[in-house]
Amino acid sequence: MITLNSKIPGGPLEEKWTRYKANAKLVSPANKKKLDIIVVGTGISGAPAASALGELGYNVKVFCYQDTPRRAHSVAAQGGINAAKNYKNDGDSVYHLFYDIIKGGDFRAREGNVYRIAEVSNQVIDHFTAIGVPFAREYGGTLTTRSFGGVQVSRTFYSRGQTGQQVLLGAYSSLTRQIKEGTVTMYPRREMLDLVVVDGKARGIIVRNLLTGEIERHSAHAVVLATGGYGTIYYLSTLAVNSNASAAWKAYKRGAAFANPSFVQIHPSSVPQMNEFQSKLTLMSESLRNDGRVWVPKTKGDKRPANEIPDEERDYYLERRYPAFGNLVPRDVASRAAKERCDAGYGVGPTGLAVNLDFRDAINKQGKKAIEDKYGNLFEMYKDITGIDSYVEPMRIYPAGHYTMGGLWVDYELMTTIPGLFAVGESNFSDHGANRLGASSLMQGSGDGYFILPYTISNYLAPEIKTPRIKTDIPEFREAEEKAIERIKKLLAIKGKTTATDFHKKLGKIMWDHCGMTRNEAGLTEAISMIRGLRDEFWKDLIVPGRADELNQELEKAGRVADFLELGELMIIDALNRRESCGAHFREESQTADHEALRNDDEFAYVAAWEYNNDQPPILHKEELKFEFVELKQRSYK
Amino acid sequence: MNKVLFSAVSKKFVMALAGLFLLLFLPVHLGINLLLLKSDPEPFNKAAHFMATFPLVKVVEILLILVILVHISYGVTLQVHNWLSRPVGYSVRNKSRTLAFSKFMIWTGGAVLIFIVIHFFNFYFIKLGIVDGDPENFYSVAHQLFAIPGYVILYWVCFLLLGFHLYHALQSAFQTLGFANTFWTPVIKAIALIYAVVLPIGFAIIPFVIWQFK
Amino acid sequence: MKLTLKIWKQKNAGSKGRFAKYDLDGVAAEMSFIEMLTYLNQTLIEKGEEPVAFEHDCHEGICGSCGMYINGYPHGHIKGMTTCLLSMRYFKDGDTIVVEPWRAKPFPVIKDLIVDRSAFDKIQAAGGFITVTAGAAPDANSMLVSKRNSDLAFDASICIGCGACVAACKNASAMLFVSAKVSQYALLPQGRPEAKERAKAMIAEMDRQGFGSCSNTGACEAQCPKQIKLFNIARLNREYYKAF
Repeated sequence: MITLNSKIPGGPLEEKWTRYKANAKLVSPANKKKLDIIVVGTGISGAPAASALGELGYNVKVFCYQDTPRRAHSVAAQGGINAAKNYKNDGDSVYHLFYDIIKGGDFRAREGNVYRIAEVSNQVIDHFTAIGVPFAREYGGTLTTRSFGGVQVSRTFYSRGQTGQQVLLGAYSSLTRQIKEGTVTMYPRREMLDLVVVDGKARGIIVRNLLTGEIERHSAHAVVLATGGYGTIYYLSTLAVNSNASAAWKAYKRGAAFANPSFVQIHPSSVPQMNEFQSKLTLMSESLRNDGRVWVPKTKGDKRPANEIPDEERDYYLERRYPAFGNLVPRDVASRAAKERCDAGYGVGPTGLAVNLDFRDAINKQGKKAIEDKYGNLFEMYKDITGIDSYVEPMRIYPAGHYTMGGLWVDYELMTTIPGLFAVGESNFSDHGANRLGASSLMQGSGDGYFILPYTISNYLAPEIKTPRIKTDIPEFREAEEKAIERIKKLLAIKGKTTATDFHKKLGKIMWDHCGMTRNEAGLTEAISMIRGLRDEFWKDLIVPGRADELNQELEKAGRVADFLELGELMIIDALNRRESCGAHFREESQTADHEALRNDDEFAYVAAWEYNNDQPPILHKEELKFEFVELKQRSYK
Repeated sequence: MNKVLFSAVSKKFVMALAGLFLLLFLPVHLGINLLLLKSDPEPFNKAAHFMATFPLVKVVEILLILVILVHISYGVTLQVHNWLSRPVGYSVRNKSRTLAFSKFMIWTGGAVLIFIVIHFFNFYFIKLGIVDGDPENFYSVAHQLFAIPGYVILYWVCFLLLGFHLYHALQSAFQTLGFANTFWTPVIKAIALIYAVVLPIGFAIIPFVIWQFK
Repeated sequence: MKLTLKIWKQKNAGSKGRFAKYDLDGVAAEMSFIEMLTYLNQTLIEKGEEPVAFEHDCHEGICGSCGMYINGYPHGHIKGMTTCLLSMRYFKDGDTIVVEPWRAKPFPVIKDLIVDRSAFDKIQAAGGFITVTAGAAPDANSMLVSKRNSDLAFDASICIGCGACVAACKNASAMLFVSAKVSQYALLPQGRPEAKERAKAMIAEMDRQGFGSCSNTGACEAQCPKQIKLFNIARLNREYYKAF
């Protein structure tokens, strides 16, 4: 049985992190060399974590499934990265950033963690700038910012519409420097198949070499998971098609609690689905809502081309419903509003599952050049995909699964319930509560990696300096390896008729329909049995061509889908359990008279951390959320 | 240090400098050749004599030959290295859009080399005494050669190919030397075009004019 | 629409490859090239045949995973496009499409259309970074950068490391890739302190990996999905000479 101890330091909010650092144990440079750390994942938390730990002198081993660390999906983040720099003199501060995240997350995140990430956000910007990330600048040479959804200040640093690429490549460059220095060893094209726990502590991982199919054992004094989110469970999402939950899921099955799995952010602006073959919903950055106005026709089923519909016949529903924030309401609010309009029959486009995002007014006011400067690449990408020129007619957008606020439960030290197993970035649950604000993921991922984990991991490793290198020929490694091989054999042996992709599509549809933008008891209950049925079918009718000892992309997919089929059930169990609406989690049973989310703080102001219980239903552990510094309010963007 | 001198970029640098040096030589040669158009052989032979005897020109001549050798040997080395960089080729020909003539420099250069060799047999080796002939009367040697139609056709083809070579060479040399930007590159390209058209035409026109007058 | 596909099949790095011919019916114009190949694989698996191995991940032209040589063009014949964004509406019913892997000595074929591009990582590790450790950075606004240089640095920095420049170049040269990285740092004051070492080290590593030299043909620029400019190569040359 696990116990949850969040280990949040006492004292005033703004002193917690300082106090923690003052009391954290250190490891001397000579000892750091003797300590091995495994980092799984090279995205915007993994690459910073690995390079920062390498810079400190630890012996770091880094794993990723891609051919090179530079391809991690953080590369696709578009809009920007937040920091409380207050360069715009618009009243921003660490406290405001903290408050916006807490409020944006609908009061389901820890105060201590959130304040800390707001605190380190400024260091993150300094660091990225110093390592050559070309953030947008003013003519005077200083950095510039833009505003993002859910806030009233301009605090988002950006590199046109590809900020994720720029910061990830920055982090990747530091990582390659450490690889050259020899402090970091890179293992690309490896997929983590299991976590190895020795005497209750995380001591290594089992990976499959995706080129040769070889199963490898790797040991360390501590393991860091930076494996991202599980949004691809919906099959169609804004994530890379190979993004997966397997590493985190294996950790869960080894005893790491999984927190708030049902908290999935549905991004309001992606290119709508166009056909059944589509493999991906491409995101159109939220920053577009700075200048784009969202609307649908006032008349149901109005099929006129958008430009022929006069202003008075357009329903700018976000501006109508949320006058204070207008088009810049948080993502969850914008997504549900779009769904509401489309469900009511006002949607546009061939499927009726889309709304207009119109730049006409912005172009008239600022000129085409200004818009091109800010979003040029997004307009291009939209045109590549749809063939529509958004300088002339509105974009069509629709919500899509995007970011998972849920993830491995971690304490203040970013350590999971398995000692020595850390989770950073999107793979943990910690900072975004029930909904993440735009441009906060790059901030949190890199903040975790560069400026938080290096402190907390040394506090854990300090007592480990006497532990010799962990050997990989011990029974725990053997058992884990055998289990992994066993499962691969099992997947290959089914020899049925349905491909992993088809199962994934079916699972995605169940999840999207029943555990997507809105949820209700009946739908969720039905979905559980549907998933169980699908899982049975999977293990009876899957087809995986090829062999285990070669590059086999279908085998990779099958393993990931098998894990999604289990995770899906946990997400639904969590969604069923949380009989309130908060942030991205919208239970139809819990809404206000005007259809806004209705929280239930008396019963649900807690983190739901689920413990794996073999074939039995998972065990719920509650971490009560105490709000000492902010007042719980019903979120309003009106 | 070796790696520095023989890196691909350094080799290109040397190629470019050598090439630009050769570009300076061509107008001088053309200037002298245009004297062939006079019916009086004296000015041309005088100029040839001057070129053959003036000490400073002798020094430049050695330099010129060295530069040609460097340009050729580096060019061939780079080309071989480049071929080896793709041991397995594509089955469909690469259709990527490229700058005019840029893909054929080794061939256009080779054609120019063949011409130079012939040219050496016809003139330079006479001067050196390796081949029989009168070094003091290159005027008549030239006029005799231009009387042979086959020679003139070869001469024209080679200058056409030289034009192709020069057009890419001039702009490419500046790019290699690191001199390229949105303002100057179009100017350089225009100069390259003018140079690559005017110079070969200047040479090619000589046998034509001689025929007309004969 | 119905297509004839001739796709390079090669079991592994050591084996000899060959073209396999597939007739594929039911291709929709809205598919991307990658989705078309995924659809092909789906049909192959259902028929009990081995699917075609190829890389793809983000499907929005930013991760650089995908890349294949399509009918004589890296990433296909449309300008500024990655394979994952290449729409099938640019092809027509009855077309024959020949798909080959990137060909270059430093990019050996791993399987079918997958090549090993780790040579790029090695070039990057040789000097493609700014040596600042976490915690050492001054305030972000303590260093001013002109908007012009910042924009030029950005234009170079958007390289996705797909390798199309190498695939397109008749010499299999990596100069555009190297120049993009060197330019980004050369244009920013942060990158100046180690500019000399960077240019030298990255060029040396590029040669060591076996890439060809630059003939200024411009094929790389024409095929770069991010349209990185040839001027960057001139800047790289400049940076290299200045390093001595």
